[in-house]
Amino acid sequence: MAAGVAAWLPFARAAAIGWMPVANLPMPVAPTNKNKHQDELIILNVSGRRFQTWRNTLDRYPDTLLGSSEKEFFFNEETREYFFDRDPDVFRSILNFYRTGKLHYPRYECISAYDEELAFFGIIPEIISDCCYEEYKDRKRENAERLMDDLEDNKDSKLPNMTFRETMWRAFENPHTSTMALVFYYVTGFFIAISVITNVVETVPCGYMPNQRDIPCGERYTEAFFCMDTACVMIFTVEYLMRLFAAPSRYRFMRSVMSIIDVVAILPYYIGLVMTNNEDVSGAFVTLRVFRVFRIFKFSRHSQGLRILGYTLKSCASELGFLLFSLTMAIIIFATVMFYAEKGSSSSKFTSIPASFWYTIVTMTTLGYGDMVPKTIAGKIFGSICSLSGVLVIALPVPVIVSNFSRIYHQNQRADKRRAQKVQKARLSRMRISKGGSSSAFLHSKRNGLNQSLELTGSLEEDQQLKKTTSLLESQHHHLLHCLEKTTNHEFVDERLYEQGYMQTALQNFPSQSPSLSSEEGITGTCCSRRTKKSMQPLSATHTHSHTHNLQELSALHIQCGERQALNTSRSSLNLMSDESGSLNCKSSGLVTTAIITIPTPPSNNSRASPDAPPPPNPDAPPLPNPGNDVVKISAL
Amino acid sequence: MGALMVIFSLQTKQRRKMTDSVEDELELSAARHRPEALEQLEAQTRFSRKELQILYRGFKNECPSGVVNEDTFKEIYSQFFPQGDASTYAHFLFDAFDTDHNGSVSFEDFVMGLSILLRGTVQEKLNWAFNLYDINKDGYVTKEEMLDIIKSIYDMMGKCTYPTLKEETPRQHVEIFFQKMDKNRDGVVTIDEFIDCCQNDENIMKSMQLFENVI
Repeated sequence: MAAGVAAWLPFARAAAIGWMPVANLPMPVAPTNKNKHQDELIILNVSGRRFQTWRNTLDRYPDTLLGSSEKEFFFNEETREYFFDRDPDVFRSILNFYRTGKLHYPRYECISAYDEELAFFGIIPEIISDCCYEEYKDRKRENAERLMDDLEDNKDSKLPNMTFRETMWRAFENPHTSTMALVFYYVTGFFIAISVITNVVETVPCGYMPNQRDIPCGERYTEAFFCMDTACVMIFTVEYLMRLFAAPSRYRFMRSVMSIIDVVAILPYYIGLVMTNNEDVSGAFVTLRVFRVFRIFKFSRHSQGLRILGYTLKSCASELGFLLFSLTMAIIIFATVMFYAEKGSSSSKFTSIPASFWYTIVTMTTLGYGDMVPKTIAGKIFGSICSLSGVLVIALPVPVIVSNFSRIYHQNQRADKRRAQKVQKARLSRMRISKGGSSSAFLHSKRNGLNQSLELTGSLEEDQQLKKTTSLLESQHHHLLHCLEKTTNHEFVDERLYEQGYMQTALQNFPSQSPSLSSEEGITGTCCSRRTKKSMQPLSATHTHSHTHNLQELSALHIQCGERQALNTSRSSLNLMSDESGSLNCKSSGLVTTAIITIPTPPSNNSRASPDAPPPPNPDAPPLPNPGNDVVKISAL
Repeated sequence: MGALMVIFSLQTKQRRKMTDSVEDELELSAARHRPEALEQLEAQTRFSRKELQILYRGFKNECPSGVVNEDTFKEIYSQFFPQGDASTYAHFLFDAFDTDHNGSVSFEDFVMGLSILLRGTVQEKLNWAFNLYDINKDGYVTKEEMLDIIKSIYDMMGKCTYPTLKEETPRQHVEIFFQKMDKNRDGVVTIDEFIDCCQNDENIMKSMQLFENVI
């Protein structure tokens, strides 16, 4: 419950009067405000800076230092104020948390100092509100990473339990982990460079042959180049096979872009080996050589920026597509116009529209080779319009792509961050904590029996339990929820227990039941309520609490339930029974505590539950070996 | 030429509409409300000066603008019932508190309502409850109205309840209620039947005194 709305609790309780005429059960007694002192201002002196607030404000969060009696340790008798020798700037945020219910993280604060203050005042960082939470987590993670980096520099990282395969993969992916990996990294880089240079030099003309024709070096020093090529391909093949061996998921590795590039880079050589001395396909073979240039893409393993560029282009596909599309449109339009404009002139190079494409592209990209020029006046006019618009059409999408690149680059950084900190899960769990906080607090106090037997009809059983550390606010809130339960005749249960009860077969609850009953239970598909209500039957049967005005009812219950148990054979009667026993049970809902203990062997336990037995404290319930314990516990609440 | 004129006029109309909505927004956000003076409220309600101060501080904390609209109301009320959905019942409460039906609850409305609920006579409290149940404020509570109210109360429980809520539970509850309250069996409950019946029911009378010491 947020602190702000704590002030509205009186209103919520007053509004509960609306339920009273509708309720059929008596309401529990309201918690009394034992220390009915007037709200007073208290002074908090934090390193000389005085803060003042109402005492009630601090009481909103009783499990923190300021909200509990722990602050009495800091009370200064002479000055009648609470003195804390801590940072006053951070204390401002902490006090605001009490006032508004939201904890903010100021950006200028050091993260570790802030954490320390929070820890001192007993506030968990998870309740930092959404507006500041990401910043807080980012800073915390950065800090942790920095510490980790410092640590890592000082240790020889050799995780002992990695298999050889895993070590190899790790070496391939992060060359900085071991010297071997680094050596391998540099060697492969060197050979990629060699291979690319070889491919380039191969085509350079060098030397003369007797028939006065320049031939490329490749043809002159065929063996040398062949040896070079073989060596490089050997290295690449070995590397590829090693990666394939080390990959954790071979199928996924084979589908990845880098491995495809690897394959394409070395394939021409092998195809060449296979298909030598075959005149027909040697032409095709020569073309295959062009794929050797793909070896240069292997460099992207060595360069992060190249990878990001590739990724950006991939993700900017729509913008690039738009660029291409608009260019194509413009080209077609202008080519058509130029063709028809130049149709008249003789010896015009614009022989067809596709032939004009070349002119349009060259003009729009402002290349202007000059191999095709318009000669007519109309042609020149349209030609100039074409070149002017070309600048615009090309210049427009480029900034979009550039900004996309920078956005994706930063996004990439942030995505990595987020993956590292699993923010979404943490956020959801935080919301659940804050939301479930109040409801779980209620259920928790119920389990502790704080709310039991507080009926208006009379016997205020008590009371040592009431001295627990629930603040007045909490107990009032719980009282409100309890009134709601009484109004609707249903009880709140834990979600976990609810689902358990939903799925659990009552079979486990009654090991000693009659065989007919157990065979019934074995039939799945009965609805949850029926099953949980079945668990209630023996409960009510063993019910012998000593509440006066309910005793009559109880004995009636006793008899009826006793009867009903015998009738437990047919499924239809089961239906019948469960509804009525359900409603019967609800009448005595607050009084079921005794029965928890006596559940395991239900029919025989009538004797054990003596009428004078006081409600046993709940800590006895958990050690029960009964696996169906949880379901039973529900009813006791 | 005509087409150009049409387009131009459309443009200006759009722009005017936009400025109108901007102005509207400014007006809404400027809707502030200052309550009447402390002395007047003291005279009109049964709260002491100090109590009014405490109430106003809490009220203003949550609603700095001085009025609560229905959404804020629902939000605040839902915080007390985390397991269920309190918005329907909050809607009915809002209608009950908003006595002048202007869509917002000011501090005066709030404090008047609270004064009846916490310091009023039993008669007044029952009157208020009847007013809450009578959704269309026609003086009669029909079965449908009661069903709506009771469903909204059950909604606040949420789904994790023991025993699990069934479809007919609210309806059964309504039947029980009408059996108790509707003396002349005409299908509606009037204010007199309601007050009569409640005054004869010990449980209800006791529970009405429950929240005496809330402030």
